[in-house]
Amino acid sequence: MEQQEIIPHLFRTEYRKIVSVLCRHFGFGQIEIAEDLASDTFVTAAQTWAIKGLPPNPTAWLYNVAKNKAKNYLRRNAVFESKVSAEIQRISAELYETAIDLSPQNINDSQLQMMFAICHPSISAEAQIGLSLRILCGFGIEEIADAFLTNKETINKRLFRAKEKLRGQNIRIELPGETEIDARLAPVLTTIYLLFNEGYYSESRNKTLRKDLCLEAMRLCTMLIENRQTNKPAVNALLSLMCFHTSRFEARINKNGEQVLYDEQDTSLWDPELISKGAYFLHCAASGTELSKYHLEATIAYWRTQKADTREKWESVLHLYDQLLQIEYSPIAALNRVYVLSKVKGKQSAILEAEKLNLTGNHFYFTLLGELYTDIDNKQAKLYFQKALSLAKTTTDKQTIQKKIDAF
Amino acid sequence: MKEYMLIFRHQDGGKIASPEQMQIWMQKTMDWLNGLAKTGNFEGKGNGLIFDDARVVHHNKTVTNGPFGEIKETLGGYVVVKANSADQAAEFAKGSPVLQGEGNTVEVRRLAKDDGTH
Repeated sequence: MEQQEIIPHLFRTEYRKIVSVLCRHFGFGQIEIAEDLASDTFVTAAQTWAIKGLPPNPTAWLYNVAKNKAKNYLRRNAVFESKVSAEIQRISAELYETAIDLSPQNINDSQLQMMFAICHPSISAEAQIGLSLRILCGFGIEEIADAFLTNKETINKRLFRAKEKLRGQNIRIELPGETEIDARLAPVLTTIYLLFNEGYYSESRNKTLRKDLCLEAMRLCTMLIENRQTNKPAVNALLSLMCFHTSRFEARINKNGEQVLYDEQDTSLWDPELISKGAYFLHCAASGTELSKYHLEATIAYWRTQKADTREKWESVLHLYDQLLQIEYSPIAALNRVYVLSKVKGKQSAILEAEKLNLTGNHFYFTLLGELYTDIDNKQAKLYFQKALSLAKTTTDKQTIQKKIDAF
Repeated sequence: MKEYMLIFRHQDGGKIASPEQMQIWMQKTMDWLNGLAKTGNFEGKGNGLIFDDARVVHHNKTVTNGPFGEIKETLGGYVVVKANSADQAAEFAKGSPVLQGEGNTVEVRRLAKDDGTH
């Protein structure tokens, strides 16, 4: 036996292609069958390849096995389910006659269509991310549970309900028409961004998994850019944003899986390739008349890759936050804006603005007040940090705030 | 040296493992067998056994699809190793990643030779 190299993540990569194609072939009515057939394909591969070694063309081997398994299933189904209605038998026979198409074109089309189906507005955001991870990314239940810091039963239930919904709403697996595409793209982009954030801000200590989630979100976004119909400015802006953020991935988590604050990051760990990729897609995004929140967030993220404290930087970022809040208000963006305001106009005026927000249930609000009062009234600052600590929920946030308190 | 067949019985992996976990399992099995190959205890004899589209032929010559449903574990495959004794073969079997799954087993059976020496 020779030592053979297997491509990293080959199973996961091919699983999601096969499951998308099978799902589209069978429809959401039999989504579990598609998942089982795809899983079976890899059980067969693992058992055979482990002993006999890799076949000359692993991908072609997998596609052949998947096709045969699908055929066998349909044949068996047609024979055994003789009690079911003639209609179902006719459909089974029809599906059996039409071969499963695992050409690159159909794989790509199926994945894009699945993306739009899964991100249908009628499915809850949580379920969309779960289904995306399962069907579009090829993750297992245990891995999804790990990413969400929950257990397998919760994820299983969540996915089960989401699939019921897909069936119940009779959602079709197809690309929306030209006129609809912008409206339907919005929830797709939201899901991709949520998926990305799941990896970027996750509390999970599994750094590899977290980075995989970020890269998966970027891959899905790239698929949209590669398709003429879905290559829109906002899609490019979102990819740009994710590239800028991911460039700091290695610097913002230490080897114990703990978060390293921006100011304490080792900038030599920032990835220059991702920063220039981000700049490239931001450039691509600058066409047309639409200014999406992703454009603004990407431009803010660009400035975050520039560590030097220049007046130009903070004034630009402040202007961007002003625009962002007009498009879509969020407490976090409002708090970030006040922080930036302190850089432009000084802490005193930022304190006035901050107190107007009055977000007393939010630990970020008190953390910000703590920051602003530091060096102005340290006693008050410490009180605010303590208030923040009592409201913080995650271990990372608690550790970060505790460090601030200890510094006094 | 005698030849022993190591027979893997395990749960249906597709229901419990993710594609990534299956790939890791496969890689570990390859590493284990490569180790045995380096010491001359494994010469590539063996195969996986495909479960789907399986048939059972019964004594009255009826043929059924399966065995589906009633069993929890499947016969996943086998390899033939060279060992001095059943104990040594069992030692080899201990390295198999199949055993990481609870309830999974590796059965060790000596191959009969046709020269009457067994």
